[in-house]
Amino acid sequence: MNRHAYLLPWIAAVVVVLLLPYVFSSGAAITMMSLMGFAIIFALSFNMLLGQTGMLSFGHAVYYGLGGFMTAHALNVIAAGKWPIPLPVLPLVGGLTGLSFAILFGWVSTKRAGTAFSMISLGIGELVAACSLILRGFFGGEGGISTSRTATLRLFGISFGPQIQVYYLIAAWCLLCMAAMYAFTRTPLGRMCNAVRDNPERAEFVGYSTQMVRFIAFCVAGFFAGVAGGLAAIHYEIVTSSVVGAVPSGYVLLMAYIGGVAFFIGPIIGAVLMTLLQISLSDYTGAWQLYVGVMFVLVVMYAPWGLGGLVLMHAPLLSAGTFRRVLPAYALVALPSAMLFAGGVLLVETSHHLLVKATEGPAMRLFGVGYEANSPMVWVAIVVLLVVGGVLLKRLSPKVSEAFHAARQDALSKRIAA
Amino acid sequence: MLELILFSSLNGLLYGLLLFLLASGLTLIFSMMGVLNFAHASFYMLGAYFGYQISRWVGYWPGLLLAPLLVGGIGALVERYGLRTVHKHGHVAELLFTFGLAYIIEELVQMVWGKIPVDYRVPELLNFSAFTLFSTTYPAFRMFMLCMSVVVFIALLLLLTRTRVGLIIRAALSHPNMVGALGHNVPMVFMLVFGVGCGLAALAGVIAGPALVTYPAMAASLGPILFVVVVVGGLGSLPGAFIASLVIGLIQTFAVAVNVSLADVLGHVGITLTRDSIGGDLWMATVAQVAPIIPYMLLVLVLIFRPKGLMGDRDT
Repeated sequence: MNRHAYLLPWIAAVVVVLLLPYVFSSGAAITMMSLMGFAIIFALSFNMLLGQTGMLSFGHAVYYGLGGFMTAHALNVIAAGKWPIPLPVLPLVGGLTGLSFAILFGWVSTKRAGTAFSMISLGIGELVAACSLILRGFFGGEGGISTSRTATLRLFGISFGPQIQVYYLIAAWCLLCMAAMYAFTRTPLGRMCNAVRDNPERAEFVGYSTQMVRFIAFCVAGFFAGVAGGLAAIHYEIVTSSVVGAVPSGYVLLMAYIGGVAFFIGPIIGAVLMTLLQISLSDYTGAWQLYVGVMFVLVVMYAPWGLGGLVLMHAPLLSAGTFRRVLPAYALVALPSAMLFAGGVLLVETSHHLLVKATEGPAMRLFGVGYEANSPMVWVAIVVLLVVGGVLLKRLSPKVSEAFHAARQDALSKRIAA
Repeated sequence: MLELILFSSLNGLLYGLLLFLLASGLTLIFSMMGVLNFAHASFYMLGAYFGYQISRWVGYWPGLLLAPLLVGGIGALVERYGLRTVHKHGHVAELLFTFGLAYIIEELVQMVWGKIPVDYRVPELLNFSAFTLFSTTYPAFRMFMLCMSVVVFIALLLLLTRTRVGLIIRAALSHPNMVGALGHNVPMVFMLVFGVGCGLAALAGVIAGPALVTYPAMAASLGPILFVVVVVGGLGSLPGAFIASLVIGLIQTFAVAVNVSLADVLGHVGITLTRDSIGGDLWMATVAQVAPIIPYMLLVLVLIFRPKGLMGDRDT
């Protein structure tokens, strides 16, 4: 291993980002990847607070949304005045807006930690959301602020009209922000954030002001949220007052937590997954938000390290070669898990059909199979799948954790022996 | 003017008492378990919808009893099988669990009853106007809401201060370990309090549902206000929650009735401002328009200057 090995994942990321539009070249895919780009920045910036500094914010969309609004206004001013400013630097406007408001609100809210911080962030979020309906000049009322990204100074003849050019702009900013946020976690300040999260009293004893550390982390997170908002404004070419509200604030929490807040890569996984679900799942089912909610609660209850954590848990097993020893246990629970999943989906889809699409009659299709939603057989099947799957899973799950811990113990002792 | 003040106070009092029905459960749950229950307003919504459904089948009055019982049962189950599982992951996990729960309940309600408001009617028995003062009539159902809230408030007060159960609950608030050591089943007390708190929220839903609107966003719009009440009153303090409920209820009701903007006030001292001046909309916004903001301003101010809240004995 040479000392530049840490660059490998980043080079891989750059290559993947460059090649993705050639693999998924449809217009819809490129739009979706653009959405993922700023969702990743937003989720990572949220995780600077929750995962790294231990601050649960319920109003992070304030900085995202205000960054978006300011970027849209800046675009309009630039277009009206024909200022020689190229589009690629505009997310900076969003970032600086996010930073300024984070300094303002953060000064108030980071005085407190824990639940009080969460409450203040919620209050500020509601405050800004309510203001967005009053200050019509800035927030544009119901219609929002429209803008056009093509009216800026063109460099090298790039107009940013086609979506593919916007994709590369978002991708470049996304990589840049990812690298910057990762670098932040490696700085002494980033380490102090972790200390403040884990044990604020000791951090104070070492001589740091926990409030100052929280404040700085909050400001940096606000900056990156603003950049994400700016990119969103450039992508959509419209910003409405709903982006500062409680819904996107909750959404970013879901993204980061489902992905896993304990690892840097977790929110990236969460952002990609949630964007994918939001766009593709909503084509298949009207109840997709219910699935997202259930998934979130399951993660909170049974996998507090998130989906990313579940995957990364297996890294030591893979490197020590003990991974195949957990496979039999996994195979054992695969069937009950599949039964539970199928039963759950069947229950939600069938009830959704009966309740929401009552006018279409009872005939429906699921997984390519047609059936009558009101036939008793279907409901018997649902109950059997859920009960049998649930009981089996409860019986078998101790075996899985036993096998996993044994394999991990072996992996650890092998590493110590080596 | 007198008419406005009188009716605004009456409505403010009513709104405040309703808030207290919700806030009392929330603050009890918080001070016992340290969980700020994000889904509390969702149980209020469930109460309203269950009450609506029961009123469609058998009438309003059975719903008044059944819906809170049902929702209280659901709440107890949520505590037993949900919150107790995530408790070992810490308070953030508990908060997130209730957040996810609120999300799921809203989706389920949308799925079962649709996204538009349902037609939850005032029962025939109370569908008349109680009295007419000056030129405004006051519906009898609102008087009923007022009485119900007062009755529940007094019952809660007596339960907590005069009975043995109340004694154990109050002891478990401050010294859960000691109560456990004396042989009481503390987890059971927690489950009970959680269930009763959710039931009270549901009761508020049943009595508010027909008068206000029963729609899927009613939880999301009321939830944050509840937090304001609980934090302003002081976490864990029932008297504080009571005062804060009334204050916020009155402020909200009166603010809506005042149609004065900063520009009007400054106009009296000779400064003319229009929508085009610097700050624009800020000067033109009337008090009625900024009414939704006032509670949150209050929340932020209290958290900064008096973190204990009005009557609390510990920092938020």
